[in-house]
Formats: sequence, structure tokens, C-alpha cells
Amino acid sequence: MESLFQTAESGALATAPKEEILSEVTSNTLHKARETVGDPFVENPRMTCREVNVYYGEKKAINNVNIDIARNEVIAMIGPSGCGKSTFLRCLNRMNDTIEGCRVTGDIRLDGMDIHDKNVDVVPLRARVGMVFQKPNPFPKSIFDNVAYGPKIHGLVQNKSELEEIVEASLKKAGLWEEAKDRLNQPGTGLSGGQQQRLCIARAIAVSPEVILMDEPCSALDPIATAKIEELIAELCEHYSIVIVTHSMQQAARVSQRTAYFHLGDLIEVGKTDRIFTNPRHQLTEDYITGRFG
Amino acid sequence: MDQPATNPTIDKMNRGLKRRYRAERRFRICGATAVFTALCFLFLLFFSIVSSGYKAFQKTSIQINVFFDPAEFTNENLATANFPGLIKASMSAMFPEVTSRSDKKDLYYLISPGASFQLINLVKDNPALIGQTQQIWVSANDDVDMLLKGNIDRTRPESERRINDKQLAWLDTLAGERKIKKTFNTTFFTRGDSREPELAGIWGATCGSFYTLLITLTLSFPIGIAAAVYLEEFAPKNRWTDIIEVNINNLAAVPSIVYGLLGLAVFINFFGMPRSTPLVGGLILTLMTLPVIIIASRASLKSVPPSIREAALGIGASKMQMVAHHVLPLALPGMLTGTIIGMARALGESAPLLMVGMVAFIVDIPQGFTDPATVLPVQIYLWSDSPERAFMEKTSAAIMVLLVFLLLMNAVAIFLRKRFEIKW
Repeated sequence: MESLFQTAESGALATAPKEEILSEVTSNTLHKARETVGDPFVENPRMTCREVNVYYGEKKAINNVNIDIARNEVIAMIGPSGCGKSTFLRCLNRMNDTIEGCRVTGDIRLDGMDIHDKNVDVVPLRARVGMVFQKPNPFPKSIFDNVAYGPKIHGLVQNKSELEEIVEASLKKAGLWEEAKDRLNQPGTGLSGGQQQRLCIARAIAVSPEVILMDEPCSALDPIATAKIEELIAELCEHYSIVIVTHSMQQAARVSQRTAYFHLGDLIEVGKTDRIFTNPRHQLTEDYITGRFG
Repeated sequence: MDQPATNPTIDKMNRGLKRRYRAERRFRICGATAVFTALCFLFLLFFSIVSSGYKAFQKTSIQINVFFDPAEFTNENLATANFPGLIKASMSAMFPEVTSRSDKKDLYYLISPGASFQLINLVKDNPALIGQTQQIWVSANDDVDMLLKGNIDRTRPESERRINDKQLAWLDTLAGERKIKKTFNTTFFTRGDSREPELAGIWGATCGSFYTLLITLTLSFPIGIAAAVYLEEFAPKNRWTDIIEVNINNLAAVPSIVYGLLGLAVFINFFGMPRSTPLVGGLILTLMTLPVIIIASRASLKSVPPSIREAALGIGASKMQMVAHHVLPLALPGMLTGTIIGMARALGESAPLLMVGMVAFIVDIPQGFTDPATVLPVQIYLWSDSPERAFMEKTSAAIMVLLVFLLLMNAVAIFLRKRFEIKW
């Protein structure tokens, strides 16, 4: 890992003389040290992450990440492949617990509650911090059962009519109601890819989470389905905080208010999305968004 | 016509192309030949079994006129009456010219010793028969049966036949009077084993197999599934679980006779369980089947896509809920198939059961798990060892019955897989 850092750094340094000329022209001093620049912290955050490190066995995958997630914001995580953005995302609802040999240290709080506390049960935590995965993964059950599963196992409903209400509301929020209302009893796997992904979003919001984590939700979808999901994200952030990992910088620019740039396990820069894309403060961020690597 | 400039790469490719297609054709011919050869052997097997066994489904009966002499039924207990005497009397009545002692013995030989049991049952069911004369079809001796089925050659010298010339003449007389017939052999399907081939049946062995497999299924299915689910979903991946996994894989390859010896030492000698019983047989077959079920179940659990597990965990299902609601239903068809294949293997197993006394000669139909019993494959082994010609066709017939059971189990496996398969 160390040697990787060094090569990456020396790679960045190799291009340094040219950059210096460039930065003189734009009269900006770009940061080069591997520490977070920008504004990772916000007022009244929904989630706070302090000194988060993740290890896979001996290997360190995330190195000392400090960041806040605000209420009702969409924050995008970008960065080259293998930079740890998905790993970090999975820390937020402790999905990393399920991976053999994965160890998370540091302090992650949801509304001030330490999610690694002994008294915190992972089951309600995952209900409060929902997750949507890269590949649409509906259960091989009916559309209704897919959405109803969460409320059922968490005991959120007393009777069938309440359950039907929740399913309808969730599907409406996910923008799938019009397409699915006549086929609620058909298998969720029979839907198209984009519809399946919206079904997964409906499934996540059926348990009324506070935060929704999205791990490259559109990477398996065509542009039209992607546009629908992006619209949906814009609507959903009225009710939820959304953390989205994406490989598409355009998508990050379109949907998010804030953007975080990860590089080989380090959180390099956090800031308002338009600021990051127009005026990056770190050398690595600029290299990435201008397409020099990644 | 202008030839386009040739591309050397394409030329090289084209030269290799023919060889590639030839290789493919060769491979396909090899494959087809292998399948054809296998089918030929299978056909040969079925042909030899069916051709030598189909006759066992028929048996020969002889009609006799029995006078239920009231003088014989003086005792309170009807079964103590001299039924063999009644049969002998009716035979003598049919052939009054037979007088010498040895000829009479030859004549009585034509009727199966089991015929008197038939009469006992008739009288027990209907005591009013006493004093009447009845026309009754009774089983013929197995040698008569063999003669009528063409397995004894009439043209051979008398000394080399089990049926002598006089007996042949009597049988021809009976045949002329239409007092010999071949009927469907219900005895074969309703009776236990016997020293007399015409009285031997597979029902006893079938019941034994049923009880044994019932024990095996009720123990090995839940234990196997539970072990597989624990090892695959819950157990930490460390050196211990690696050792367990290696051992399970090795156990699946241990010769079955070793399980028999283990069962003998542990269940019978140590725990003192009764010998020759479906209980002990079932326990041994459980040990033998468990690795098969565990391996098949783990493989089918592994094939459940991780995305389903993540989806369930992602909305806050506990690990148990994830397994019970999502993983198990998807893995169930594979588990059932593995179980039924294991059960089919257990049904066909004889070696370990020999070690715990299930090879004993048992006439009674077992009524429970602790009654002495034998099983179908052991019955086949016992009959194949018997010297009487008639047991040979019984052996083949029993093999046919066993194969039918195996085919049925495999059909059930396919049906269950189709029934529980979840379409994506």
C-alpha cells in the first residue's frame, strides 16, 4: 500500500513542473499534501465520521477519513476505481461487518449516536441507513413482497391495509407506482433494469430511513433509466440524506450539492459540487476531474 | 477478375481453420461414441435383468379337489389339523394308480409345501368349509414352475432333471385336464423371504428398506441441512472450519463397509442396540449419507448470488432472517436433489448392512424399527447366493423392483426441483 502511495505521488510530482506554470497562470496555489482540503464539516450534520480507518486484513483500505453528511443533501463520492469510496459508503451502515477480515476503526455517528457502540443493534441501524446497490437486486418475489419485506420484518405495520399503504407510498416516492400498480403480484425480477433499481429504492425507503446510501446506482442502467433515477434522487433529498458513489463526474455534477473526492484510501477534497468542478483546490482533484487519470 | 491483395494473417488463419474444425469434429464424434457405448451397456444391463427376471412375475398353480374331512378337525385349534394330509389325499384321489411309497412321494412333491398354509387360511376365514369338497388352486412346487417356464429341459436324460419321467406324465395329464395354470405372482409382492422359491417374496425386504430409509431421511436431512447452513453462513472461516470441510469431503469417499464396522462397534457393541434392525441400519446409512447431503447443500448455498444476501442485510434483515427468507428458498431445490441422490445411494447400499446382521434370513414382515429386517439389496444378495434355479429369476425380479424404486426417487427429485425452482 505504501509503495502504491509513493508511485501515485511521484506520478503526480512528475507532472508538477507543468502544473506550476499552469497554477501561476490561474494564480491558484494547489495543495499537494495527502490531507483533506475543502469543507468536510457542516452545521447540524446527520452523520459525522471522524478518523475512520478500514482494514482488509493487514491492508489499509481507508486512511483517516473525516467528513460530515448534512441533512437533506445529496453528497457524491467520486474517485478512481479502488480508491475506497464504496468501502467508506459501506461503513456508514456497517455492511462491512459482513465481509470476512474487514475491520473498521474510528467514530461514526448517526444523529449523535455512535453506530459502533456495543448497545447499537445493526438491524435497526440498517433500517435507518438504507442502501441501494450497484446491480439492481430485487428479491425473487413479487413487486409487492419486495417492498413489503422491510416493514414486515421490522414490525412497522399492524395489518394488511397499513402494509398496502406503505407499499403504495414507497412505490409512488420511487416513481414506480404508475408502471407497477397493475402488476404488484408479478415477480420483481420481471421488471426492466431501471424499474428494478427504482424497486430497490422503493424497498429501501419503505422502512423510512434517514440516510440512503447508493453505490453506483446507475452504472448498470441505460441513459434514460439513469435520467429517471437522477430525477428521483433530486426529489428524495427533500426527505432523506443521500450519499451516492458514482464513476460519472457528470452525474455527480448533476445530482449532488456536495462532492467528496477519494484517492487511494484518502479523502482528498470535499466541497460544494460546483466549486469542486470549477475550482478544485487539490492537485489530485484537478488531475482527476480534468481526466488526467481515473 | 482481380484478386484482392492477400492478407498474410488471414491466410495463416485460414490454413489453421480447417484443422480447428477437424479437431472439433473429432471431439464431437468421440463424445457421441462415448454416449452411445454407455447407452449400449445400459441396454445390455436392462435386457439381461428383464429377460431373466420377467418370468418371476408369474407363478404356476395346480387345481386340486380338497375334501375338508370333518374327522381331521377335531381339535379346537383349526391350525393343528393335518392339512398336508388333506392335500395328499386329494392328489391321491386324482391319480389313484399311484401306489408305491416312493411314487407317492414324487407325486406329492408337485405341490408346494406352502399349499397347506393356504388351506389353513381358507378354513380360518370360513369354518363352514369343513365337511365340503372344494376346487382350490394351490401353488405348484418351484421345479414344476421352472418346467412350465421352460427352464428345465424335458429332452435331457431323467437323471439330469429335477423332474422325473413319471412326474412329467402326471403334469401332462393335469395340463390336459386344464388343472395347471400360470397367474400373476402376488406372493412375490406380499410375502417375506422363504427357503421355498415359490413362497419367497420381497415385501419383507421392501418394508425393511422403507423403515431403514425413513430413519435415514428423518436424521440425515435436518442434520445435513443444518450443518451445511451453519458451515456456509455462520461459521467463521478459520483453520478449524477448513479441517472440518476437508474431513467431510473425505468422509464422502470412505468405503461404505467401514461405516458398517463403525456401526457394529458403536451402535451394537457400545450402545447395545438390537442387531439386524432398521434402527441400526438407518443410523449407519445416516452416517454414510450425511457427507453427501452436506456437500450438495453447501454447493447449492454457495450458488445463491451474494447480491440477494446484501439486499436482505441492506434493509436490516438479521442474518437468520436473511438465511431463512431468502437464501434457503433459493438453495432448497439443490438441497432436495442432493438429499434424494444420497437417499437413492442409501437404498442401494448393502455392504454396511451386512456388518450389522441385516443379512439374516428373515421370514416375518418387519412391523417396526426394532424388528429384525433385511433390505432390498441384501435380499438380492441372499437370493443370488441360493442354489435353486427359481431363485435366479427372483433375483432379477427383485433387481427390477429396486431399479423401479430408484427411478421413482430420481423422478421425485426432478419434480421437486422443478416445483421449488424460483424463476429469475
